[in-house]
Formats: sequence, structure tokens, C-alpha cells
Amino acid sequence: MKNKTPLLKRMRENRLFWPLVAMALILIIDSIFAPGFFKIGILEGHLYGNLIDVFNNSAPLMLVALGMTLVIATGGVDLSVGAVIAISAGMGAVLINPVFGNQEITNKVAADPNLTNTPLWLVVVVTMVAGILCGLWNGMLVSRAKISPMVATLILMVAGRGIAQLIERGQIMTVYYTPFFWFGNGFILGLPVSTYIVAVMFLLAWVLVRKTSIGLFIESVGINAKSTYYSGISEKNIKLFAYIFCGFCGAIAGLILGSNIKAIDANNIGLNYELDAIFAVVIGGTLMSGGRFSLLASVVGALIIWTFTITMYTFGVPANALLAGRAVLVLVVILLYSDYARLLMNKIFERKGSQHGEAN
Amino acid sequence: MAKRIKPFLLANGPMLAAIAIFILVYVIGGQLYPNMQKPQVFFNLFINTASLLIVSIGMTFVIITGGIDLSVAGMIAMTSAASAALLAKGASPVLVMPLMLLVGIVFGFTLGCIIHFLKVQPFIVTLMGLFFARGMAYIITLEALPIQNATYRYLALTKVHIPFFANAYVYIPSLVGPLLLLVVIYLSFFTSFGRTVYAIGNNEQSARLMGLPVGRTKIIVYSFGGFCSALAGIVWSISLLSGYGGYAPGMELDAIASVVIGGTLLTGGIGNVIGTLFGVLINGTIVSILQFNGTLSSWWTRIGVGVLTLIFIGVQSLFYMRKKH
Repeated sequence: MKNKTPLLKRMRENRLFWPLVAMALILIIDSIFAPGFFKIGILEGHLYGNLIDVFNNSAPLMLVALGMTLVIATGGVDLSVGAVIAISAGMGAVLINPVFGNQEITNKVAADPNLTNTPLWLVVVVTMVAGILCGLWNGMLVSRAKISPMVATLILMVAGRGIAQLIERGQIMTVYYTPFFWFGNGFILGLPVSTYIVAVMFLLAWVLVRKTSIGLFIESVGINAKSTYYSGISEKNIKLFAYIFCGFCGAIAGLILGSNIKAIDANNIGLNYELDAIFAVVIGGTLMSGGRFSLLASVVGALIIWTFTITMYTFGVPANALLAGRAVLVLVVILLYSDYARLLMNKIFERKGSQHGEAN
Repeated sequence: MAKRIKPFLLANGPMLAAIAIFILVYVIGGQLYPNMQKPQVFFNLFINTASLLIVSIGMTFVIITGGIDLSVAGMIAMTSAASAALLAKGASPVLVMPLMLLVGIVFGFTLGCIIHFLKVQPFIVTLMGLFFARGMAYIITLEALPIQNATYRYLALTKVHIPFFANAYVYIPSLVGPLLLLVVIYLSFFTSFGRTVYAIGNNEQSARLMGLPVGRTKIIVYSFGGFCSALAGIVWSISLLSGYGGYAPGMELDAIASVVIGGTLLTGGIGNVIGTLFGVLINGTIVSILQFNGTLSSWWTRIGVGVLTLIFIGVQSLFYMRKKH
């Protein structure tokens, strides 16, 4: 019976179908209007080109989207990821810089690429701990204090950038410590380091949710938290875990972003990431009301956003005006995923499918 | 008497708490900085929060229906940029202002239609609205455009003296918010439209079963939100005398925070615009205390607003739980 479902329908019911169609559409437009888009060259021993840029630039968003997927799957939402990025990147910058932000950075500091206040491993660990603490805070508010997720994370979203500025004493911290740049600008075997970090994180998340029962628990919390509780699963802890993981992902995204820009501006680092991440997850087909989710589809969603962005850059659209184009993209996605559009699409395809069946 | 007071307190607790906190914060500020006791400082709150107040009033209605409108700041930026560009081309303000309001209404109407007919989450739709409006503003102009129109200048620089207070004044644009507030108080408490809004927020399903015009009301509410944002955009462009796509960054969050601090539940159904006024005033007071201090930096505003939001959500859930029992 199973094999008799038409291939087209099976494909359409696959979670990855729509995201991949969108991706293909963008790439087709690229190949027609911007032939140079796919060119990949080798420069200073590593690959470069638009596609590599897409991977390198979308790495932080992919990470954040991973965490966001789990949070949204539990039926929540995390608006604070942008602020978490700012806080954790700020912690890292403060630990590296040997002078505090309110003091002048002397030439000696700027000239010495290996001068750091704290060893690199400690910087990384503290960045991650900062993110985890932010996630813990969100998770506690949502799971223990029973505050609705949007409000609970809104608090950190509003206050978080203030806290990040407090950490950096209101300065834009420039980092001169060269080994730190490796995360966002380095290359391994010709590919950006950030891509490997994403791959590792993806594998970690995948093993965690698909090879253990956590993934199932998350889905069941998203579908019905109360019945999950009655089935003897601690829905509180599942929610807490999702938010902590999201904070952790935000911290790593902050590490990559800060290392890529080489300066941390509390007001602008990770700006609008929460919105982009939610968008990526929605493109990936995870419902905002929670339930079934797909990590891979969310990652593809993040890739779509950046492919679109870089495509627009190649067409010479100003970065700011790009927002309108992105809105159109959101609109298309909304229309594709709305129940009505789905119904309509199913009707059209079904009719065609049945005709096929008769002909055969 | 006590029988009456208790339900009143329970029904309006969060709003009364907002008023109390406003008075408390203001008195503390007055003690710390004696200059804050001058009446002008109080009226400055209205001057500084003119746009925020208008936006928050529109947001209150949207939140009471259980939705959310993230597009407000984008609409402000777009309105300011568009009116600056039109005025620079020599268009008359008599034409520009109604046109902007119309654009706002159409924008809100579109969002409302998408939310209602396509059954998409308000959060996502208005997010698209935010991106779209900001992007359009940047397409209109990539840098800040000054407004040199005589009418706009007149509106921006004319002081309106407050009766009974010597030397106290506000500007004309700051009067828009309070006037709108009066209209909205009438709308929400004395019309069937207002009652329908509350009914939808409490339970959309039962509102529909009662035969209330749910879809129409929701679309009107979002259109009204768009109208308020456009109005706030006009006020913004008058007070700054320029237009730019990057204006009002993050104002949607300030507005949501003000509404929540004012005692409106984000789940909908409970709250009113009077509380929102005090939420906005609390926001303004924190800013002016920081300005009086002078050494504290602006990031404390964000932290302060965040902490207050947290406290208020705590207070709200407490009241809510009490009501349930």
C-alpha cells in the first residue's frame, strides 16, 4: 500500500520539499540573472566565492535556528537570542581585551596580536556559560514561573542588550587577539571553520533528539503539554532543556559573529537574529504552535535566507532596502504554508494525480 | 462598600499597580533630583513620549484581542521617510498627512486580512510588515531627509501653554496622544465595538458563537493599529523635522512593554488604555531620571524597562491566579 502513494505526493509530504523548492527557485534565478554566482575560486589556500560566503555568513543563523527549532517545537518561542548573542559575545570580548572599555587602547595592545587577558579556552567556555545562563533564565521563567514564552523571553530581549552594554561599559570593543579570529574567519581544508562548527552542533543536536527519546518528548510537549505531564514525563524539564540549548546555540553564534566582525557592538551584534531564526524555522515547516519539527529543514531555512540575501547583494540591492525584499519572501512563505494555500495546492495536485492514475 | 472595593481592586489591580509605580518612581526621582519636581518636567514626559503613546494606544487594542503588532516601528519610519520625501517634492501638508494616515490604514487592513483570512499567526504577519515597511522607507530614501515645510515647522515649534502652570508648555504634536486616548476610552468602554474586542480576547470561539462580528472587528483593530502607527509617524516627523528609515529602532518592544506594564495581559481579554498611558509615562520617567543623573548611560533604560516588565508580569499572574480561585 505504502509504495502505491504517488511519488509526487510523497515528495510533497516530505518536510524538506518546500524549503528545497524555494532554494532551487532562488538558485535558478541566480543561474539566469547572475551567472557569476556559482563561481568558486581558490585564494590563499582556501575556497572563496558566493556559495562559500553563504555558508560562512549563515553559520550563526543556522546555529540559532537549531536552538529555536527545539524551543518552537515545545510550543514556545525565544525572542531573546539576539540579546543572548550580544551578552555572550560581550563576555568574550571583555575577557580578551586586557584593558577595560573605558580606557584607551594603546598602540602596544593593538600591535601585539597575541596579547590577551585570558586564555582562549577560558574565553570560549565563559562565552558558552553566559549563553547557557541566559537560556536557564528563560527556561526557568517559562517552565517554573509559568510565564508565557513570548513575554518571558521579551524581558531578556529588552534588558539583554542593556546588560551587554553594561558588560562592555558602553564601548564597541575591538578585538586585536588574532587566535580569536579563527572561529569566524578561519578555514579547514578550504572550508570555513564556522561550517564545521555548525556541522558538529547539528550532529550533536541530531543525536540528542533523534537517538534518544528527548526529541519525542519535545514533540509531545508541543502537541499537548498536559497529557505529556500525565504520561509521567517532566514537561518542565523538557522545556527547560530546550531553552538552555537555545541559549547555548546563541552563545556559539555570538562567538562566531564576534570573531568574524573582530569587534563587538552590543547594540548591533546579532540584530534581528531572533526574527530571522523564527523565520528560518517557519520556512522549515515547524509549526509555531509546536509539535513535529525537523532540524535539517530549519538549517535549510537559514541557508535560504542567506542565499536570498547574498543573491540580492549580487544584484546590487542596498543592504537596508533588502528588508523589503525579505518581507516579500516572508509573504510567499506565509502564503505557501497557510491552510488555504495548502488545501488549494492539494486539490490541484490531487486532480492531476488521479488523472495520471487513470491514464496508467 | 468593602464588597464593591474588592472586585474593583481585583479587576483593575494591574492598572492601579501601574499608577502606583508611576507615582512611586516619580516621587523617588523628585527626591533624588529636586529639579524633577518642576511641573515642566512632568509635561516633558508627554513631549518625549508623544509617538510612543500613540503607538501604544493602538497596540493595546491589538493585544486585547490576543494578537500582537510588531510592525509599528517600521510604519513610523516609513511614514516619516515618505512624508519627508513628498514634502521635499513640494507636496502640500494638507495632502501629505491624510495620505499617510490612509497608507497606515491600508497597511493595517492588509495585515489584518492576512491574519484573519489566511489564519497565519499575527506574530509572523506583522513581522513581515515590519521588514516591509522599513525596507520601503529605505527604498524611498537611504539617508535622513530634512523637512523644511513651513507648516511642519510651525507645528513643531509652537508652544502650547498649560493653564494653571506658569511657564509650563507642551508642543502641538504632544497633544495628539492624549486626545486620541480620550477617543479610545470612549471606543473601548461605551461602544459595542469595544465590548466585542474584549470578548474576542477572552475567548474567540465563544465570541464567534455569540454571533459577534469577530473577523470584522479583528481587521478593524489591525487597521486602527496601522492608523495609530501612521499618526505616530507624522508626529515623529514633525518633532524631528526629518524622515529616515532607521528611525524608532525597537519601538515595537517599548510599546509592548508599556502596554504590559500598564496591566494588559498579553494573552488578551484584560486591560485598558488608561493603564497603557501610565505604562508609557513610567517608561518616560525612567528615561528622564537617567537624564537627570547624567552619569548613568542609556542602557539602564533598557534594563529598567525589562525589570519593570518582569515585575508586572509577576503582579499580573498573581492577580490572574487570584481571580481564577
